[in-house]
Amino acid sequence: MDKGVIVTNRGGISGRRWTEVPIEATIRVLGFSTIGFVLLIFLFLLREGLPIFYEVPTGNLFGTRWYPTFELFGTLPLLLGSILVTVTAILIALPLGVATAVFVRELAPDWVREILKPMIEVLAGIPSVVLGFFGMHFVAPLIRNIFGAPTGLTVFTGALILAYMALPTIISVAEDALDTVPKSYRDAGLAMGATQWQTIWKVVVPAARSGILMAVMLGMGRAIGETMAVMMVTGNAARLPLTFDSLFRPARTMTATIAAEMGEVAQGSTHYHALFGIGIILFVLTFLINLTAASAIFRKQRRGGLR
Amino acid sequence: MEKFRVESLNFFYGRVAALKDISLSVQERQITALIGPSGCGKSTFLRCLNRMNDTIRGTRVQGKIFLDGQDIYKSGINVVELRQRVGMVFQRPNPFPQSIWDNVAFGPRVLGLDKHFHLPEIIENSLRGAALWEEVKDRLKQDALSLSLGQQQRLCIARTIAVRPEIILMDEPCSALDPIATLQIEELMQSLKKDYTLVIVTHNMQQAARVSDWTGFFWMGELVEFDVTEKIFTRPAQQLTEDYITGRAG
Repeated sequence: MDKGVIVTNRGGISGRRWTEVPIEATIRVLGFSTIGFVLLIFLFLLREGLPIFYEVPTGNLFGTRWYPTFELFGTLPLLLGSILVTVTAILIALPLGVATAVFVRELAPDWVREILKPMIEVLAGIPSVVLGFFGMHFVAPLIRNIFGAPTGLTVFTGALILAYMALPTIISVAEDALDTVPKSYRDAGLAMGATQWQTIWKVVVPAARSGILMAVMLGMGRAIGETMAVMMVTGNAARLPLTFDSLFRPARTMTATIAAEMGEVAQGSTHYHALFGIGIILFVLTFLINLTAASAIFRKQRRGGLR
Repeated sequence: MEKFRVESLNFFYGRVAALKDISLSVQERQITALIGPSGCGKSTFLRCLNRMNDTIRGTRVQGKIFLDGQDIYKSGINVVELRQRVGMVFQRPNPFPQSIWDNVAFGPRVLGLDKHFHLPEIIENSLRGAALWEEVKDRLKQDALSLSLGQQQRLCIARTIAVRPEIILMDEPCSALDPIATLQIEELMQSLKKDYTLVIVTHNMQQAARVSDWTGFFWMGELVEFDVTEKIFTRPAQQLTEDYITGRAG
């Protein structure tokens, strides 16, 4: 690499102009500092959160009751609350997102696509607190009236809002995935007498499935980490969501717990460590989701892309 | 027997005329080859025969193409049905990223043939018809992309004949293949001729001379000459044809 530089650049003995050295050094420091910051944050999280795992017996920590005032730190309702809200949100967002992506990429005329694509990106820019506010005042009353739930602030309400927030991610990633499916597959399907519909569902979408899986994972990552909107619309009762009607009952997520309680804990107390402990669990979950997404991309690349 | 009859066909990409006043006829169970330099319109013409050009926006067709006496560009023609009768093999092998079995089964499944016929039988017959059965019979569940390019192209042919078309269009089917794979495909064309009408586009004049019964020579969107292959390559009527096949033009 350096040899090439020496031949083409006659500026100095080392082969580089002296002005480039500090610039390059700065860029390098900035690049590595990103990694450094992430590591530092992670270490801080561990330092503040790990104590909870030996301060409180495991039976209590993974118990079913979260009452910090009574020294009960059962994270199970929060964990399940988060998972239920996220999974429901994805179940709503996935069909909608893939269908929209298929429409935008495969069916829409050019002018419609030109309008839809930027609008989907605008969707991603709506602040979550605004969506939460909307959810509280418009979606929650609807849920209460339609499903007869005692309160409109339920898992389902949260899932609806989250689905809406995950949609732009799912749509644009899924659309990119459809975009990488070569035209020759579509031609082959059509030339064999398959209808456009059959070609899309039996050829194009299956060929893009690893990309669509990635879209789901990224959408999930976005949904599980979301705090503000969820806190505003899910009701925040740390209740174990194991009954059939849980979908239409309040629940509390891990993120909402941290956000709601962080203001009132004494620094260094067990409660404080417990909140950071939840942070660790959340971090591990998101990490696992991203890892799954990354391995999907990796598999795709090893097979020589989607060609 | 005449299978296709094309009458003064004009084709436009936007305002650019890609085909000008083409008339010819394709005989049943014969191989018709279309030759000419790149961009002369031979592939465009081929894609008119199964209306694949419909998938490209901003194109326009004038003139008539009759398949068994029926105009395929008449309104009310079912394009999906037409493409079941007129199959197509493309320049680059394009098997789906699925198993060999699923590739061949694709057509029969979407057409619902698997409800009336025994699917394993269709698959074996199609693969035999494409001279691929012996090579893949023990690994039908394998990914089709693990085959060599030549095998992939024969798989595409098997996939096409699985739906029992009447005509097979081939758009430079050997241009991505090595000489041995090319030879296999050419032999395959000869055996397919017994059951199917073939129209092939090729940039390889030797190939046209070797395999075809009829040859059409395209030049800048026009059909310069169309005749029995032997005559085109020995006593062409047009000076331009002679210049092209002897390498002085194009």
